[in-house]
Amino acid sequence: MAKMSVLWLQSGGCGGCTISLLNAESPDLMQLFELANIELLWHPSLSEYSNQQVLDLLHAILNGQIQLDALCLEGSVIQGPHGTGMFHALAGTNQSMMHWIKALSAKAKYVLAAGSCAAFGGITAAGENLVEATGLQHDGKNWGGLLGKEWCSKAGFPVINIAGCPTHPNWITDTLVQLALGQLQLDDLDELHRPRAYTDHLVHHGCSRNEYYEYKASAEQAGDLGCMMEHRGCLGTQARADCNIRPWNGGSSCLTGGYACINCTAPQFEEPHHAFGETPKIAGIPIGLPTDMPKAWFVALASLSKAATPPRVRSNATSDRVVIAPSSKVKGRKV
Amino acid sequence: MNRKVLGPFNRVEGDLEVQLDIEGGLVKAAYVNSSLFRGFERILIGKTPTDALVYTPRICGICSVAQSVAAATALAKAQGLTPAPNGELAKQLILACENMADHLSHFYLFFMPDFARPIYEQEPWFSAIATRFKAQVGTAASEVLKARAEWLHITGLLAGKWPHSLSIQAGGSTRALTTNEVMRLRLMIRQFRQFLERVVFADSLEKVGALSSLDQLKAWSESHANSDFARFLALAEALDLYQLGRSYDQFLSYGAYQIQGIHTFKSGSYRNSAYATLEAGQITEDISHSWMQSRLRVANVWEGETNPHYGKVGAYSWCKAPRLQGQVLETGALARQLIDGQPLIVNAVKQTGGNVATRVIARVLELARLIPLMEQWCNALHSKEPFCTHAPIPDEAQGIGMIEAARGSLGHWVKIQHGKIAHYQIIAPTTWNFSPRDELGQAGALEKALEGTEVSDEGAIKVQHIVRSFDPCMVCTVH
Repeated sequence: MAKMSVLWLQSGGCGGCTISLLNAESPDLMQLFELANIELLWHPSLSEYSNQQVLDLLHAILNGQIQLDALCLEGSVIQGPHGTGMFHALAGTNQSMMHWIKALSAKAKYVLAAGSCAAFGGITAAGENLVEATGLQHDGKNWGGLLGKEWCSKAGFPVINIAGCPTHPNWITDTLVQLALGQLQLDDLDELHRPRAYTDHLVHHGCSRNEYYEYKASAEQAGDLGCMMEHRGCLGTQARADCNIRPWNGGSSCLTGGYACINCTAPQFEEPHHAFGETPKIAGIPIGLPTDMPKAWFVALASLSKAATPPRVRSNATSDRVVIAPSSKVKGRKV
Repeated sequence: MNRKVLGPFNRVEGDLEVQLDIEGGLVKAAYVNSSLFRGFERILIGKTPTDALVYTPRICGICSVAQSVAAATALAKAQGLTPAPNGELAKQLILACENMADHLSHFYLFFMPDFARPIYEQEPWFSAIATRFKAQVGTAASEVLKARAEWLHITGLLAGKWPHSLSIQAGGSTRALTTNEVMRLRLMIRQFRQFLERVVFADSLEKVGALSSLDQLKAWSESHANSDFARFLALAEALDLYQLGRSYDQFLSYGAYQIQGIHTFKSGSYRNSAYATLEAGQITEDISHSWMQSRLRVANVWEGETNPHYGKVGAYSWCKAPRLQGQVLETGALARQLIDGQPLIVNAVKQTGGNVATRVIARVLELARLIPLMEQWCNALHSKEPFCTHAPIPDEAQGIGMIEAARGSLGHWVKIQHGKIAHYQIIAPTTWNFSPRDELGQAGALEKALEGTEVSDEGAIKVQHIVRSFDPCMVCTVH
């Protein structure tokens, strides 16, 4: 069976999705490519080819000599200044990277946006967006981007948006393996064309702070153990990803690390219009409650559960470590 | 004279173009173009100061923690905040974990694969080196990726995830460790120590760290020939990498791993064969040859601006040109170990200067030096004590965060007005190393290092060795 050929390009981003991809374990990345019958035509961090050899390869893809199965773009498409794209000229070509991405996209069976920058514009589009950063097929929450709403790859797919800042290594590898096996279907993608394999979950699922959430026992300062939704800006109940089901770096996540979820798989996460570590509130009630729960119910349940909070949960919530351990019904040594 | 344009340069972080003027087969002048501009210094204006801890790591995927630690240090200065001792140690452990992962990736994934390229096919050492280091398929790639991923579990434990860890704060870290977790941390460091001692050195780290001259290193290399470090040292001899890529031999280190006010690796500069102390006020940025416009062509960093101006006549890079008292400095592991007075590196620089070989030696040496330090820091953690201190952000304040990233000196200058960020300027290690010319026409450190290099082959392989010997991070360079 022919190998699936992959070309990886980087533009207006930080390279962090590649660096995260290198954290893939069991199997490691090189082994995975071999096992899944994937041929990496070129990747800026991993490949031998340099300079003219790379340009020759790109030309060979453009003129049809080499078949491109999957084009992965990491980093936003940079359109500035004034639509020229010259804030990022592909080295050695004096042509904008935007130009290359557009031309190569037309040749690819599938096009993948690796990370929120390539999908939606991401962090590079924050603030005044001086560089006119955009995603491949979305500009923030809106359709458009470089390729436009109606665009389809040669296999009839829209851009597959593997959003995240960075992406979990397995969000990328699972998608590539599914494509290599010819198993990825359109209904495996959500409404923003992200793989449902990870966006059918909320970051809230499996959060180690769930008991604090249940009682609305809230963290107040950086490092407190309590739920970070009420005061510390946590968007885990809205954020679509499996970070606490399939953890990172050997078993962790932002939440486990003591920091609020900033919803980095969502378009425009880079501009929350408030400080990242603070929850905006109206009349003391956080705005941006769980998306599929009636607000009145949430408020009623929250006040009930707050009243019912055990002292153990209340004390631990505002501490950086467990100060009161759960008690046991069996009588034993007092601790 | 003919002109050669090299790009896209891969196995560097980000995109890079190098233009060479070649005369008689030698580089007469080099022009380094950092080809991507994103504008982080502008993104940060008007934001809540603590948001810098979310935005700045995203400047760079490979040294995101270094960016976070620089931002946290600048904020702590602005807040007048002393970090909790545990939090300070945790930050150094997270930073050292990243720095070592970067050194490892550089050696195995970015630098060594060049010696496995067809141009060296006729060399007697080729087949062994290609088997071990060939890009993607060499035996080292899979082995090192596995060790690296497991090593980064340390950052998982201490900071949630990597890259773009959010746990690093001005007052320490948001992740307090329990006694058991400190024990696990110790085991993880021990596990990586074993990997280094088995694969990279085939010797104990302490013995490698005790080597104190180039002669001793060469003798060590012969008796540890089955280590990857010795494989590189043999290549350095065979290809005379000690003669390749010499720059100005002027070096800079902001001082690394500051604990309770003391740098574990000293800060300072080394110019005209003499050490000197360092003042932030001596640093300027020059935009004469950058696609930037500003009120001042040469500005103190507090006066610096970031206004892109594509097409500016005479400019050729998005990178600004940082200078220390008007001079071009090189930064990185070599500078850091030289300025710290590490005997092997002091001796190597005295004998051969800064070059492809000594830059790589210093980086690999840091792998050996850092593990015992991390073990000490880990032992100094008191799991019953806090990991973070807290203080309000003042409405009006400023602070500078000067730290060492894997690739060298990294500085953040932040000014807060009306409770928001009013000024943010960043000078990254590769901004120093890959700077363009300044108003006096002085070439940047890499530009100088490329002058005189022989270019006889199509791919200019020697130029590639020199460029990669700096371990450039292009996304940081311009940011």
